[in-house]
Amino acid sequence: MLDNEDHLLENHPRELTQNPLKKIWMPHKNSHIGHRRVCMTNCPTLIVTVGLPARGKTYISKKLTRYLNWIGVPTKEFNVGDYRRECLKIYKSFEFFRPDNEEGVKIRRQCAMSALNDVRQYLSVEGGQVAVFDATNTTRDRRGTIMKFAEQNGFKVFFVESVCEDPEVIAQNIVQVKLGNPDYMNCSSEEAIEDFMERIKCYETSYQPLDEDLDSDVSYIKIMDVGRRYLVNRVVDHIQSRIVYYLMNIHITPRSIYLCRHGESDLNIKGRIGGDSGLSSRGKEFAKHLRSFLEEQKIKDLKIWTSQMKRTIQTAECLGVPYEQWKSLNEIDAGVCEEMMYEEIQEHFPLEFALRDQDKYRYRYPKGESYEDLVQRLEPVIMELERQENVLVICHQAVMRCLLAYFLDKTSHELPYLKCPLHTVLKLTPVAYGCKVESVYLGVESVNTHRDRPENVNVQRSTEDALQTVPAHL
Amino acid sequence: MSCTQRDIGASTNSTEAKRTDPRCNEKKCSWASYMTNSPTMIVMIGLPARGKTYMSKKLTRYLNWIGVPTKVFNLGVYRREAVRAYKSYDFFRHDNEEAMKIRKQCALVALQDVRVYLTEEGGQIAVFDATNTTRERRDLIQAFVKENGFKVFFVESVCDDPDVIAANILEVKVSSPDYPEKHRERVMEDFLKRIECYKVTYQPLDPDDYDKDLSFIKVINVGQRFLVNRVQDYIQSKIVYYLMNIHVHSHSIYLCRHGESNHNVEGRIGGDSELSPRGKKFAHALRDFIEEYELSDLKVWTSQLRRTIQTAEELSVPYEQWKILNEIDAGVCEEMTYQMIQETFPEEFALRDQDKYHYRYPGGESYQDLVQRLEPVIMELERQGNVLVICHQAVMRCLLAYFLDKGADDLPYMKCPLHTVLKLTPVAYGCKVEMFYLNVEAVNTHRDRPLVPRDSALIHRRNSYTPLSSYDQVKRPRLYSAGNQPWLPLAPTPSALMPERLQSQVSGRVTG
Repeated sequence: MLDNEDHLLENHPRELTQNPLKKIWMPHKNSHIGHRRVCMTNCPTLIVTVGLPARGKTYISKKLTRYLNWIGVPTKEFNVGDYRRECLKIYKSFEFFRPDNEEGVKIRRQCAMSALNDVRQYLSVEGGQVAVFDATNTTRDRRGTIMKFAEQNGFKVFFVESVCEDPEVIAQNIVQVKLGNPDYMNCSSEEAIEDFMERIKCYETSYQPLDEDLDSDVSYIKIMDVGRRYLVNRVVDHIQSRIVYYLMNIHITPRSIYLCRHGESDLNIKGRIGGDSGLSSRGKEFAKHLRSFLEEQKIKDLKIWTSQMKRTIQTAECLGVPYEQWKSLNEIDAGVCEEMMYEEIQEHFPLEFALRDQDKYRYRYPKGESYEDLVQRLEPVIMELERQENVLVICHQAVMRCLLAYFLDKTSHELPYLKCPLHTVLKLTPVAYGCKVESVYLGVESVNTHRDRPENVNVQRSTEDALQTVPAHL
Repeated sequence: MSCTQRDIGASTNSTEAKRTDPRCNEKKCSWASYMTNSPTMIVMIGLPARGKTYMSKKLTRYLNWIGVPTKVFNLGVYRREAVRAYKSYDFFRHDNEEAMKIRKQCALVALQDVRVYLTEEGGQIAVFDATNTTRERRDLIQAFVKENGFKVFFVESVCDDPDVIAANILEVKVSSPDYPEKHRERVMEDFLKRIECYKVTYQPLDPDDYDKDLSFIKVINVGQRFLVNRVQDYIQSKIVYYLMNIHVHSHSIYLCRHGESNHNVEGRIGGDSELSPRGKKFAHALRDFIEEYELSDLKVWTSQLRRTIQTAEELSVPYEQWKILNEIDAGVCEEMTYQMIQETFPEEFALRDQDKYHYRYPGGESYQDLVQRLEPVIMELERQGNVLVICHQAVMRCLLAYFLDKGADDLPYMKCPLHTVLKLTPVAYGCKVEMFYLNVEAVNTHRDRPLVPRDSALIHRRNSYTPLSSYDQVKRPRLYSAGNQPWLPLAPTPSALMPERLQSQVSGRVTG
């Protein structure tokens, strides 16, 4: 009896093989395993912005899109204004937006339809998971059309409404993003502002905000006064919950984020990766320069974060100010390759070395991590960076690449090859819809630890080809 | 926060570092605790049977689990102390002067206890669980909070669904100490009248005018809608996120470990081995178990280690792999037996037994790290319906500790044997546990708490977040690659010889 049972069990479970790149165990025949990605939504989600002009809808759309893509949810924004500009090559004045301008109304409606079609293409055909439909969508009628469209296509809908009556905020908005808008290329600032205020008026009369009673079955978040207050209704799934959490943590208070690596370490000099070594003498020199730099910058209420590895902590120690340690900021875990030189990795693990070059973002070191894992690990850091104001993050090469990719909206292809040299501070300042970057090299020499993607990534390649791009070291 | 940071950071002034803040004296505080600056009072608001106590207890359990010392102060308990025998709802009439006096007195006593907890006992968050339905009462609380330099965050629960309210009353009020006779109808009747007493004077939070500057969340109809106003900081943001993710629908969570693995049989920890024959049998039995219980829409989650995946494969249902469910990383001790660890790293072995929760394997993780890592799992478990989590011993202990409200002392010693499924069902204010041993033998991997006397002179290894950068930190690579420096035993710092209390500055001896 036992023999029979054993025999059955033998054939029953499918053999597991480990994907050589990501080190994920999967059954032989492709099946129904779900590799846990951020949101295992079954149906795609359509996020719809709602609000008068200059309420931050595009700002929110772009930021949210950037965040979702960074955590691995394919997201794309569809700005109806862009479609309108395509259609109506020249913008004359706010008259186009008057509710009694029949021609205008027709064109605007067509643009919205066109955008929705592209949304359908993206979500149903191109494998997108979230589409952000960025337009005013201020009437219940328009929103009804969108909801019908979503229902027909099997999308979930989540509205993000921004309500703001603070004239200062609105004025700031206009100055920051509208003046540079293609619509106002050929006018003076005063003319642009005046026209834009009239434009807003065109929408005001027909504006039907999301209503607690009339829209009680709709999933939405209403953001009031730039995040002072939120009304959240009927969050139905994981991704909506994450979106709400994110939106509730962002702010628009001006501030700067400083990113840099620890000072040059002993292992850096030897061309070894990972480990937990201390600073070299040049590294210590950098720490001193960093201190002077910070003092010069006179940054208000600067918070300093480090990892829990010696080299970042040593760097922070030199600054003479309080700092906080995050384990999540630790460098990528290179598993069996910890403390090896690239030459040694090529010698002992040539296959791994080649696989890494083939897909550096998804490649996971044996018993270690991948950039993809790193991003998941760093998400709470990003969330907290959003909440904070002025922060200096002293971290590591791979970690800094991930954080930088988030702020500069880099793809997973670009991320692992972003240049983050030692002894250089990057100052990131949010501006308009993006981020201004200033790179400050603090004048202390160091080794270069950046390894470009070599031309030959074939697993059969020669050692010479493999080591083509390894930077110089001792 | 700055002053404590400076204290911890000043390695050269270690002997002089005087920590006035008892809360941060604790070298072992979690990241979440670290990020919570001033003590915060969470004040519940709402008519009776609106789920205030349910939310208070759940929130407290969650905050303690992530390492933020939190305690609930339930006014009903104080009232029952003061008024031994509850007669009827008349006590709660707003025109009952004598009763009003007693009730106010109780509130003051409770607030005093809150103050002691937050300023002297190292608490960080106090949850004041009472109706707090009048502005007068809330103003009193705000004055108290201001006087003591605490932050305050209100959580109001508003519900007008009569079914929900009735269900609430039946589930938790019928068994309340106020109603020893438990006669349902009478209880229901009295309690509904009690609610009417409060309704007369109820002044909900007014976000547009009177209360627009307060920090609060209004939970409407059991989480259908939320109004969030002026979230001030990290911990309030986390509280809001948590409250927005919990629900009250009935569901069960099944926790079990992978089937017995080859390493288990050899007594090795960690690694990524396959199931032993008995392990495979367990997987088979697990499948029968699931089928027997006909669990609708059961989600199955595994880690990314082979042994949990092999177990799930046998179930022939879709499953999701989570890297964060992987077993605790034992760093340099990976794949060793306890005997090997004791022989190779006797110091480490001893340190672990001293404080298993905070102990971090060199190059690996601690239970404390594990809890931080597992937080998204907990959050998602709160959102979900029926879930089966196939994981590992340390991981399962952490998850179980969350559901059963076990602290850092007990967590690492919770019993999670192989081939046993734990079914957790939320009930009233807690969690019902049912244990199912699936009748397939396995080795025992549990190591009991050793009877080690606490030796105050023992040197503690430097905690990972006290800087002391001038000494070698203990991270070691997993492979002893060529060219590694031999590890030198460290001379202990002067502060290492200090009594246990001020231990945050000490370093540890490292053996090769």
